[in-house]
Parts: sequence; C-alpha cells; structure tokens
Amino acid sequence: MSATTSETAAPTPSSLSPGARKDLRRSLREAERRAQELHSGRSGYWFLLPFAVVFLVFLVWPILYGIWMSLTDRTLIGTEPGFVGLANFIEAFGDAQVWQTLWQTVLFTIGSTIPLVLIAMVMALLVFTGLPGQWLWRFAFFASFLLPVAVVTQVWAWMYQPDLGLFNTWLGALGFEPVGWLTDENWAMIAIIAATVWWTVGFNFLLYLAALQAIPEHLYEAAAIDGAGAWRRLFSITIPQLGRTTWLVLALQLLASLKVFDQIYLLTAGGPNGSTRSILLYIYDTGFVNYRLGYASAISYIFFALIVILSLTRFFGGRKEA
Amino acid sequence: MATQSLVLPEVSTRRAIRRADSQRSTRLLLGSSTTARTLAMIALVLMTAIWLLPFAWAIITSFKTETDAASAATVWPASGWSLQAYVNVLTKGDLPVWMLNSVITAVLVTAITLVVSAMAGYAFSRTMFRGRRLAFAITVASIMVPGQILIVPLFQQMLTFRMVDTYAGIVLPQVVAPVMVFILKKFFDAIPQELLDAARVDGAGPWRTFSTIVVPLSKSILVAVAIFVFIGAWNNFLWPFIVVSDSSLMTIPVGIATVTETYGLQYARTMASAMLAALPLLVVFMLFQRQIVRGVATTGLGGQ
Repeated sequence: MSATTSETAAPTPSSLSPGARKDLRRSLREAERRAQELHSGRSGYWFLLPFAVVFLVFLVWPILYGIWMSLTDRTLIGTEPGFVGLANFIEAFGDAQVWQTLWQTVLFTIGSTIPLVLIAMVMALLVFTGLPGQWLWRFAFFASFLLPVAVVTQVWAWMYQPDLGLFNTWLGALGFEPVGWLTDENWAMIAIIAATVWWTVGFNFLLYLAALQAIPEHLYEAAAIDGAGAWRRLFSITIPQLGRTTWLVLALQLLASLKVFDQIYLLTAGGPNGSTRSILLYIYDTGFVNYRLGYASAISYIFFALIVILSLTRFFGGRKEA
Repeated sequence: MATQSLVLPEVSTRRAIRRADSQRSTRLLLGSSTTARTLAMIALVLMTAIWLLPFAWAIITSFKTETDAASAATVWPASGWSLQAYVNVLTKGDLPVWMLNSVITAVLVTAITLVVSAMAGYAFSRTMFRGRRLAFAITVASIMVPGQILIVPLFQQMLTFRMVDTYAGIVLPQVVAPVMVFILKKFFDAIPQELLDAARVDGAGPWRTFSTIVVPLSKSILVAVAIFVFIGAWNNFLWPFIVVSDSSLMTIPVGIATVTETYGLQYARTMASAMLAALPLLVVFMLFQRQIVRGVATTGLGGQ
C-alpha cells in the first residue's frame, strides 16, 4: 500500500537535487494544508461517496465473496454449499488442465505481445514521417480497434473458412493444400493471434504516435547539425526516446494478453482438442458450463495472484525506469 | 453563427501548424532522400492494404447473394450485387434492438463513470478528510484487479440483487473505474490553487468550485476519459454476455455473436450484420478522428 502512494509523487523528476526535492515536498505539503483550509469538513466524503458505493458493492464485495466461494464446494445448481477449506486450491494445483491452460495463455501472451509491440512501433514511425494520406493511415490502423469483438471474429472466421475462405482460396491458387486454420491444432493458436494483432494493434500504434510527437525537436536539430543521417537519427534518437513508452506498451500488452478470453471463445471455444484454451476459458467452463463455482473461484484467485505479482514487478521495474 | 466566426480562424491556424508539423517530421525522420520517402510510402500502402483487407472482404461478401457468397471467393459475384442480406438483417433480425441496447447501456456507463470518477478524483485531489491517503492507496491498488476474475461472484451477486437480464445488471458493474479516478486526480492536481482560492474568496463552496471552476478547466481530460470509457462499454463482450440471456436485452457484440448460429451458413447475412454492428463507431471515428486519437492516447498513457 505504501508503495502505491509513492507513485503519486512519481512525477517528481529524479534529476532534482535533494534540496530542491525537499523544497518541492514542502510546497506540496503547503498546498495540501491550503486544500485543507479550502474544503475542510465533510465535503470530501460527499464527493467520494458515489464512487465509494459502487467500488464497495461491485468490486470489493465480489472480491471477498469470491474468496469465500473458493473455500466452498458451491455449484450453480441449488444445493447448499459446504465449507471445504483449501481443498479447491489443492485440487487446482494438481489439475493438469490448470497448468495446460496457463501454459497456453503464456504462449498466446508471448506470441501476441511481440508483434503487437513491434508492428505498432513500425506503423507509428511510418505514419509519423508525415507522408501524405495521414487521415487514411490513421483510419486503417486504428479502425479495427473500434470493432466489437464479435465482428472481428465473424470476419476472421469467414476468411479462415476451410472451403470458401479467402486464405484457403489463395493457397489453392498458389498450389498449396488448404489449411484448417481454426481446426488444426498446429494452426489454431496462430490464427487467433493473427486476428488479435489485426484487432488491437491500433491502440499501441496510437500510444507510440503520441510518444513520437512528444520527442523534443531540438534533439533532431542537434543531430542535423552533427550531420547524422536518417538511419542514425532513427536509431540514436527516435528509438531510444521511445524506450519509456515501449516499457509501458509492453507492460499494458502483457497484462491485456494474459486476460484473453473473448476472441478465443468466439473463434474456437478453446478447441481443437483444448489447444487454444486460455486460463480464463477454463475458469468460464468450470463455472458456467460445469457449474463448479467454488472451484472456478479458486482458479480465478490463483490467476489473480499471478497478475498481481506481474503488476508489482512491472511497478517496481517501472519506478527504476522513471 | 457568431461562435462559428470566432472558431474559424483558430481552426485554420491549427491546420497550418499541423501542416508545418508534418513537413518537419518528414524532414527530420527521412531526410530529403527520395528513395527513403518512396520506400516508406510503399511500406505504408502495403500495411494499410493488409489492415483494410478484412473490411473490404466483409463488405464485398455482404453485398453478394447467399448463393454467390457460398460459391467461390471471387470479388465480382456471378449474379450481380445485392442488398438482400442487409434487408434481411434489418427487417428480420433483432439487430436494431441490440443497437439501441448498446447505445443506452454505453451512454449510461459513460455518464455514470464520468460523474462518479470526477467527483472521486476531486475528493482525492482537493479536499481533506480522514483516511484520504488510505482510500486513495486502495483505489490505486485496485487498478490491478482483472475484472474477468470477478465474473463468477458478480454473477451470483446479480442473482441475489435480481439484476440478471436488466439494464442495471449490464451497466452498474461497469462503472467502477479506479484507473479513471487516478487519471482525473492527476489532472486536477495540476490546476493552479490560485484559481480555486479566487473562487473561495468569491464565496463559492466546494460544490460551486467543482462545477464552475474544475469541471470547465478539465474539459479535455473529461472528453478523453468519456471517449475511452464509451469505446470500452460499447465493445464489452464478456460481462453483458454473462448477465443477459434475453435476446431483447442483448447488446450488439453479444447479439451478433449468437447470430452466426441463428443464420447458419448464410455468409452474406452474417457479414451484413457484422458491418452494420461496426458502422456506428466507425462513422463517429471518421467524424472525430482527431479527438478520438487524442483521447485514447492520453487515457491510454495514464493521463500524461
């Protein structure tokens, strides 16, 4: 908890001398004191109240309720749930399905994150060159991000269609055998990753574009005076200046990819033969198909713990970065 | 009319700045080399073609007859273009209802999230109360909680509250946005204290200060947050999918996900409904590209 509060002070540039920092801190404290004079009394509570209510009802309570559920053998069908202690957790750690779906989630995460970061960066660099057609480039790269997931999966399922789909038609024209994009265990994950990259790369593209616009121009002017060529400027100024953004994009993308559910559920439902099932799909199947809510909650919390550990690593890594 | 004449010169300067910007970045990144410019252009056109291909193919399919769509993957249909798929989707399916549900729920989620988060952000930024630091720390920490893991207990909760198959059940769990509180708080922190002091001298209480000083000054970030929340709510699949089973209450993503099963192998019809579902947000994007690009980038970068 204390670590998170210090993040709010993070905008403090580390380049400040300790004395200046102390001054800054004093003025911050001063500002707080004045804020106190301004709105002392109870008004703060009233401003916070609506958020506090939805936060407690729709976030904190489900978290606590989920923990309790994970300690029971609760099912979706009416039978009275009994307390089973840590049995669900013990079962989860010994459940080969948990490990297999976790592994597939990691595969998806690695397989999607790399292209989602690299392609986004290349797109942003190309667009930032200012070549004519800006509106079109931005539209083409970002529009797919605005599509509801079901639209994305229907369009891609249609292109992946084994007999009439676009891809197999092209393969046939080139003289290759048709591929069972969504039905072949060797291809299904790749097919899902391709659709995912197409769908969400636009978001990372925008983050990179914003970062490029923020690079101070004098760096390029200095480089121009030194006679640095275009490649030199790209690798010595632009890409290093994007370092912080790359860490941010990478971290956001890792966390987002680990939570993959929608597109897999709609494209393959985890098949063929469970080869594209992510951990969230397993949780969904356990809870809403097999009705084992207690066990599903237990797996949820194991997954949650992994996410928290990863977020904290990112947080501490990010702080060193800043 | 009066406002328009005031706005126009500002827009034209902005356009001039934009043009200068793009010229500068061309020079800075590529130099004046024609080869580099040509290569970059080719790369851009290629990537754009790849990214637009699925759209193009879906649109082409949607304007074919079912027989043509199901015969061969050629661009030109044997029996000519047809609007039949669109007519079928709009007259026979539930798509218009889903569209309406999506608009209602996404607008509600956006409005409630915005009000609730802005007030909380203001409380954390500009008021003092016991437990403020702890409450803020808890809020920030909760950003890490992945919503998806809560679907099981949340669904149970909806059963208890009798909110399954209701708008409230779709909307309310989506309005908790600690990350937006964090972003808005950071923005409010940067508002000069003098402005708030001035309001206080004029006798404004905290509510007046909030609504007449802070909110107008924060229009840009509020718009950014609203855009971000709206896109998220419009496209949210998992939660509405779980909490709604009545077709007349489904949102677009949930509704058209069930369409494939209903339509079976009617590819033209499936693509027509997909394109209609995509249309509203794409049109909005075409009209407000600049604002949306800026809004998503600012919010995505955590309000920096």
